[in-house]
Amino acid sequence: MRIGVFVCHCGSNIKATIDAEYIAAQVQQDAKVVHAAEYPYLCAEGGQQKIINAVREYQLTGVVICACSPRMHENTFRKTAAKAGLNPYQIEIANIREQCSWVHKNKDAATGKALKLAKAAIARVKLALPLFAGESAVTKRALVIGGGIAGIQTALDIAEAGFAVDLVESTPSIGGKMAQLDKTFPTLDCAACILTPKMVDAAAHEKITLHTYSEVEEVEGFVGNFTATIRKKARSVDMKKCTGCGACWEKCPSKRIPSEFDCGLANRTAIYTPFAQAVPNVPVIDRATCIKFKNGRCGLCADVCQPAAIDFTQEDAVFTQEYGVIIAATGYQVFSLDAYGEYAYHDSKNVITSLELERLMNAAGPTGGKLQRPSDGKAPKKITFIQCVGSRDITRGKPYCSKICCMYTAKHAIAIKEKYPEAEIEIFYIDVRTPGKGFDEFYRRAVEVYGVRYIKGQVGKIAEMNGILHMQAVDLLENKRFDTTADMVVLAAAIEPSPGAKPLAQMLATPMDTLRFFSEAHPKLRPVESATAGIFLSGVCHGPKDIPETVAQASAAACKAIGVLAKDKLITNPCVAKVNDKKCTGCGRCIDVCPYKAISLESNAAEANPALCQGCGGCASLCPSNAMDLNGFTHKQVLAEVDALCR
Amino acid sequence: MVFSYFPGCTLSTTAKYLDQCARLSAIALGFTLEEVEDWQCCGAVFPVDSEQVAPKLAAVRALVQAREKGRTLVTLCAACHHVFKQVNHQAKNDVSFRETVKNYDESLEYAGETPVLHYMEVLRQYIGFDELKKRVINPLKGRKIGAYYGCLLLRPAEVMDFDDAENPRIMEDFIAALGALPVVYPMRNECCGGYRSLQDKPMAQTLAERVIAAAVSRGAQGLVTACPLCQYQLIEHSAGEVDVCYFTELLAEALGVEDDD
Repeated sequence: MRIGVFVCHCGSNIKATIDAEYIAAQVQQDAKVVHAAEYPYLCAEGGQQKIINAVREYQLTGVVICACSPRMHENTFRKTAAKAGLNPYQIEIANIREQCSWVHKNKDAATGKALKLAKAAIARVKLALPLFAGESAVTKRALVIGGGIAGIQTALDIAEAGFAVDLVESTPSIGGKMAQLDKTFPTLDCAACILTPKMVDAAAHEKITLHTYSEVEEVEGFVGNFTATIRKKARSVDMKKCTGCGACWEKCPSKRIPSEFDCGLANRTAIYTPFAQAVPNVPVIDRATCIKFKNGRCGLCADVCQPAAIDFTQEDAVFTQEYGVIIAATGYQVFSLDAYGEYAYHDSKNVITSLELERLMNAAGPTGGKLQRPSDGKAPKKITFIQCVGSRDITRGKPYCSKICCMYTAKHAIAIKEKYPEAEIEIFYIDVRTPGKGFDEFYRRAVEVYGVRYIKGQVGKIAEMNGILHMQAVDLLENKRFDTTADMVVLAAAIEPSPGAKPLAQMLATPMDTLRFFSEAHPKLRPVESATAGIFLSGVCHGPKDIPETVAQASAAACKAIGVLAKDKLITNPCVAKVNDKKCTGCGRCIDVCPYKAISLESNAAEANPALCQGCGGCASLCPSNAMDLNGFTHKQVLAEVDALCR
Repeated sequence: MVFSYFPGCTLSTTAKYLDQCARLSAIALGFTLEEVEDWQCCGAVFPVDSEQVAPKLAAVRALVQAREKGRTLVTLCAACHHVFKQVNHQAKNDVSFRETVKNYDESLEYAGETPVLHYMEVLRQYIGFDELKKRVINPLKGRKIGAYYGCLLLRPAEVMDFDDAENPRIMEDFIAALGALPVVYPMRNECCGGYRSLQDKPMAQTLAERVIAAAVSRGAQGLVTACPLCQYQLIEHSAGEVDVCYFTELLAEALGVEDDD
């Protein structure tokens, strides 16, 4: 064995705390180390060339790189090794940056620790065997979970590239939150006008299959080879027969069910489509409120249905389908205001959330777009907006900025002033955040052209008395407490991940942060990939975003997904479990512990399927007879490493 | 059920009905209030300065006495209750406070062990509002009564642990148990202005009038309080629009144990 050791300075990241020269000198005491060198940036082209040259010049058969975490550049250096003619699995990384140079201050101690880590890696590489990656097939079909603008855009982009897409949405129609909005910032074009064509495109696209009123129940497998179980909830309406004429919901006597789409500001019937432009334009029967399902009487909808599409006996349909990639696009919901009793949201009908205002401003909304107070239908003369309700509040709300509220509030203010120039508008804010193309100009227009009054400060209490909302407030710039009144108050409530996101993350075995947003693989360099191969992130399920940003991320996720789907074969990781069938007693405990169902029992000995195995090592550490080993992380290698550390 | 009871100064003078009705009702409901021996004024205002120790010693003394008897300390006046809960909280969480208290008097080694309950909490926790409803002899039928919590019983919420500070229910539940109609109105948890009534009369007046206006706007005919200072403020500024009384007066009336004095 001829080993070469390379110590990276990483600029001053490593060199400031670790004596690289000393390490290079010390490792050469090992008889197997025939060459050692240091370099400012090993990952740069010059650094990689230096490694390649050394491999050739010294006929190296193993390489140790003392640098950053293997999560950062293990792949880079494996490729370097391959270029030099070395097996890529005969390099080892000693991470002397993240948990060493970055965290220690004492140079002598840090250098000592780095040397130990280098020696451990040398001990490991001595036992490294050449490994060869296998291949696995790719199912050329994508699963997009969530049918809001994020999911629709991702599905359209993947479909346009020629791959089949299943778009699964839990509610009866695609469209998501954007379908509820009135206008969009900063151009004030109507949300429906720009969204509905996309909804129709998605439905009409030959490569896209819509599964509305459906839920993903189970996901198995790995990149290229996922299998999902999907439940299509019983619509009680035959989608093939229904023409969407609307006779059924006209006749439905159960008319007083608060509409989810209208945020409870209007009622719907038990058989319903959530909104007029719903896609598909096929109603569902809400069985919890339908008289027929509650007590067997009624059935008026079936009587009036010309094509006889109503089917009370329909049952949920469960099917499984294979996919190459999965994209999470589960979106958000409005944060509950229960903890904010001082804003009287539950006490006064005239205190509403911004999403509710969208419905009240929307021409297709419950008031036909006329701004009316929910309590008495009167036009409000003075409207107060309160920002950051639940956002940036570490005691009762969310620590993050919900990102969209400053802009949509400016939009609301302008939209109201456009329709009702006499209306007086007051906005309480903590900071006005407008980073985006045309955003600050838009906000300035609200202030300068439309005369909207912005007050830096907060409202501490809202009390409705005789139809007027009385507020106790503070103006931080004038440093004074004051009282103000309004006819209507609009709260910019925080947004938070949809409740379905957490169970989905568990199903996909992909991490979330503590706030239940999906985690990206790298915060800067891999922002649309999850940490699990083949799972991509689209839209607000990954963090608060406005529409342009959501659409950009949706397309980026699609692009990454297409990158997988376009391949015929995926290179599999050779660091997988391997059975020594002479030692294996066939006890089968490894089968129970394997999360990927990769192990089976063949003629009394375990067998690991390298295509399914993800190399987690659970079986290797559990095996009572030491028959299971993990390529690249063999028991011998790990123990040699520990020995070197303890020496 | 025997509780150590800290009545406080005001309850033997201007607010004696608050105290008398509470004692009579306790007998009717079958629990005993055993007055703390030689109690001294709680100080009425909890010093915001955590370094101040002397004004808190009276409370510590009463708390130690209850602990020695293994009892829960019950208070009635909102101001006393606030001071006791705050002192208890500091004794539990602030080592240097404990040490300083001990330096004043070695017998006062105290780390917040005594549970402190307001009389209203005793009703909720030990009697139960459903049970209270059964014990009512004269239900206060048709009377529209608003609960006035003020600030002292509710805040700071994590210390007082009395009820949801923004949307409390306990006094409404109490009023309903007595057969009356609780009126929920927005200013029921706002300050009455009592603490400013000497320095800044106009402000104190504005605050009190705001409470009354809110209650009247929601149809309240009467208001109940648990605090002598709130009681004073609301009566002073109500201009006869609503009747203001202590919650224990209502309780005694409903239980049929009214003191004829």
